Amino acid sequence: MSTPKEDLPDTHIDELYHEVPINTGGETIHAKRAPGLFRTIKWYTASIWLFLFLGPYMRWDGKQAIMFDIPGRQFHIFDLTILPQDVWMLALVLLFFALLLAAVTSIAGRVFCGYFCFQTVWTDVFTWLDEKFEGSPLQRRKLGQAPWTFNKIRIKVIKHAIWILIGLLTGISFTLWFGDAPTLWKEYLTLQAPLFAWVTVGTFTFFTYVFAGFMREQVCFWLCPYARLQGMMYDCETILPTYDDHRGEPRGKLKKKADESGKKLGDCIDCKQCVAVCPTGIDIRDGQQEGCITCGMCLDACDVIMDKIKRPRGLIRYASLDEMEGKPQPPLIKRPRVLVYFGIMLFSIAGIIYGLNTLGALELKVLHERQPLFVLQSDGSIQNKYVLKILNKTDAVMQVNVSATGHPDLKLVGAEEPFSLPNGRVSPHTVYVRIPNAKLTQDTLPIYFRVQDITTPDHVVEYKSMFFGPKN
Amino acid sequence: MSDKKTNQVGDTGHVWDDNLRELLNEPPRWWMISFYASIAWVLVYFILYPSIPLIDSHTKGIMGWTQIKEYKEDLDKIEQVRAPWENKLKGMSAAAILADSDLTSYTISSAKVLFGDRCAACHGAGGAGNPGFPVLADDDWLYGGSVESIQESITAGRQGMMPGFAAQISDQEIDDLANFVMALSQGNGDSQPAGKALFDDAGCSGCHGADGKGMHMMGSANLTDGIWRFSSQDQLASVKYTITNGVNTGEDTARNAVMPSFENQLSATDITKLAVYVHQLGGGQ
Repeated sequence: MSTPKEDLPDTHIDELYHEVPINTGGETIHAKRAPGLFRTIKWYTASIWLFLFLGPYMRWDGKQAIMFDIPGRQFHIFDLTILPQDVWMLALVLLFFALLLAAVTSIAGRVFCGYFCFQTVWTDVFTWLDEKFEGSPLQRRKLGQAPWTFNKIRIKVIKHAIWILIGLLTGISFTLWFGDAPTLWKEYLTLQAPLFAWVTVGTFTFFTYVFAGFMREQVCFWLCPYARLQGMMYDCETILPTYDDHRGEPRGKLKKKADESGKKLGDCIDCKQCVAVCPTGIDIRDGQQEGCITCGMCLDACDVIMDKIKRPRGLIRYASLDEMEGKPQPPLIKRPRVLVYFGIMLFSIAGIIYGLNTLGALELKVLHERQPLFVLQSDGSIQNKYVLKILNKTDAVMQVNVSATGHPDLKLVGAEEPFSLPNGRVSPHTVYVRIPNAKLTQDTLPIYFRVQDITTPDHVVEYKSMFFGPKN
Repeated sequence: MSDKKTNQVGDTGHVWDDNLRELLNEPPRWWMISFYASIAWVLVYFILYPSIPLIDSHTKGIMGWTQIKEYKEDLDKIEQVRAPWENKLKGMSAAAILADSDLTSYTISSAKVLFGDRCAACHGAGGAGNPGFPVLADDDWLYGGSVESIQESITAGRQGMMPGFAAQISDQEIDDLANFVMALSQGNGDSQPAGKALFDDAGCSGCHGADGKGMHMMGSANLTDGIWRFSSQDQLASVKYTITNGVNTGEDTARNAVMPSFENQLSATDITKLAVYVHQLGGGQ
C-alpha cells in the first residue's frame, strides 16, 4: 500500500492489481499465540469485560447497584436515579465516549479494536479455546482437513458446546443489567422468564457464536463501521504498529546473507512470524492497512526473533509514519485535531457535571389552554386555564404549594389546597388564573408559576407562562 | 509483494482502454450467505403472508394475516388498557369521579373525544361558545353549574322560553327596557329608572328575578353580569331583538335556543364523563 511510486514497474500495469491480498473469509485464520508484552496487555484490557458478567450482582442499599429499568423508565446507578427527563445526559456520555474513541485513535490508532472491542476480545477467548482443544495452528489445520473420526467429533462437539455456553452466558449477563439479577436468574432456571428476555438471550447467543466462532476478523473487515471510521482519524502523526522498512528491507533469509556477498540485506529475515501471529491474517510489512486492528501481536513476535538473531528490538514497533521517515513528532498540544477532540470531550464532561449537580427533585412544565385562550367570567374577570405538569423525582409522595405571580390583581383558582404529587412520574394539575378585565392593560403578560415542597422548601421550581386577554 | 498469490483470479476477458480488465473477484462469503438468506426469506414470506396480486384478489398466505385483523388486535389492546378505568367509572357518580384526581384526569382525557364529536359543533372547541350557543368554560350557568345540573342538561336537554313583548309594550318601552338591561350588566341599573319600573310592570322580574340575577329553575339568564346569552357586536340591538321577539316562542322571528337530549344517543357513563369534562372546562361550581 505504501509502496513508493518509483518502486512500481511502470511498464507492467498488472502490477497494480498485485495489491495487498483481500481476506474474504474463504480460509479460516489460525493465528499462532505467542507470549509477550502486548499479549499480556491484551489480557488485562480484555478483563474489563468481566464487569459485564459480574456487574449485575453488585448490590447497593439492598437494591441492584446498576439497573436500567426500561419498563419503569428509570436508570439506577448507585444512589442516582435517572428519569427519562434527564436522559440528555446520556447523550453527553455517548458524545464523550465517541470523542474519546476519536482522540485515542488519532493519538495511537485503533486501541479500542486491538485491546477493548468485544468482537476481538471474544474472538481472542474463542481462539484460546481453539488452541486448548485442538492444539497449535498446524494441528488445527490438520484436524480441519482430517476425516470425521470419533475423536474429531468429540473434540468439535465439546468445543462448540463451550462456545455456545459462553454465548449463552454473555446473553444472560447482558439481560441482567435490565432487571433484578437474582429474580431473572430464577426465572431463567425455571423457564419462567418473559419472552423478550429469551429472544434477547437467543440473539446474543447466536451472534456471539457466529461472530466470535466463525466470522471473527471478517466482522472487522466487512461489518464493523468503526473499523472504517477510525482509519479516517489517522494522520502521519498517529503512532501505530509499523514495520520499519528502511531497516528491514531488502528482506531475506538469514543464512543467505553470507552467500550474497555483494548485496546487503536488511534486518527482516522473512520468517513470517508477524503474519503467523496476526489474528486478522495480514502482513504488517505491507504497510498500514484496513485489516490491522493494532493489537501488537506482531510486535511481540518480531521482538522474539530480533533477540534470537541478535538485532535490536523494534523492527516492528509503535511509531508514527513521520517518525519512520525521520521527521520530528510534534507534542500532543500542537496537534489541532487532538485539541479539538479534547475540547469536545471537556464540553460533554462539563455538561454531565452540570446535569448531575442540577438534578432537581421537581420538574415543572406549564401548558396554557389554547381553546379558548381566555374566558370572560361573570364577575368581569378574564380567566386563563393552565395545566401544570409536575414531575416528582424523589422516592416519596410530595405535598406542594402552587403560587402564581405576574399581576397585582391576579387570582389563582384551583390551587387553594396543596397538591399531592405521586413519586417518580409526571402528574397533571389544572389551575385557573383570573385577572379583572378592567385591570388588564395589555393583551398578553408573563405569568410565573412556582411549585414548592411543603416539607423541604429547598425543592422549588418556577416556570414562566403567558396570560392572554382580549385586546382592550 | 509480487510473491503474493493474489492474481490467481481470472478476468471476464473484457478489456477496455488497453488495460482495464473486469476481474472475477468473488464477493465476500458473508455477502453471498446474506444474499441467499434474503432469497429464502422472500420465499418464506410469500408462503406466510399475503403477497402475490391476482386478477381480482391476492394470495392469502398461510398465516391468515390481514391488516384489519392487526388493527383490531391493537384496538383490543387499547381497550384492555382502558378496561380497569372504565370498569371503575361504570356506575360512579360525577361528583365521586371529581373527588379522585386520577379518575378525573382519565375522564377528561377520554371525554375530550366525546366532546369533540357531540358538543363542539355548537359549543365550540374547549367550550369556547359560538354566537347563539353558550360558553361552557365560564362560570355563568343558565341551569346551574354543579356537575349534577350539567349532567341533567346533557341527559334531558334544555329548552327555555321567553315570550316576545312586541304586542304588549311599545317600541319606546322596549328601548327603555333594553337600556336598563344594558346598565344592569354594568352594575348601575338605577341610572335607568324608566326601564327599571317597566322591568317589574311588564313581568320580566317574574322569570329573571326581582334583582335580575335569573333563576336556574327555569333557565332564565342572569342579566346583572357581563356575560350575554345572545352576545353580539351591537349588544343593545341584540337585547332589543330578544325582548321584541322572545326565545323559543314558536314564531319564526323568535330566537331559537334548544339543547337536545343525549339520553338516547350516549351511554350513562359517557354522559357522566361529559358532565365531568364540562365541569372542569373552567367554570364548574
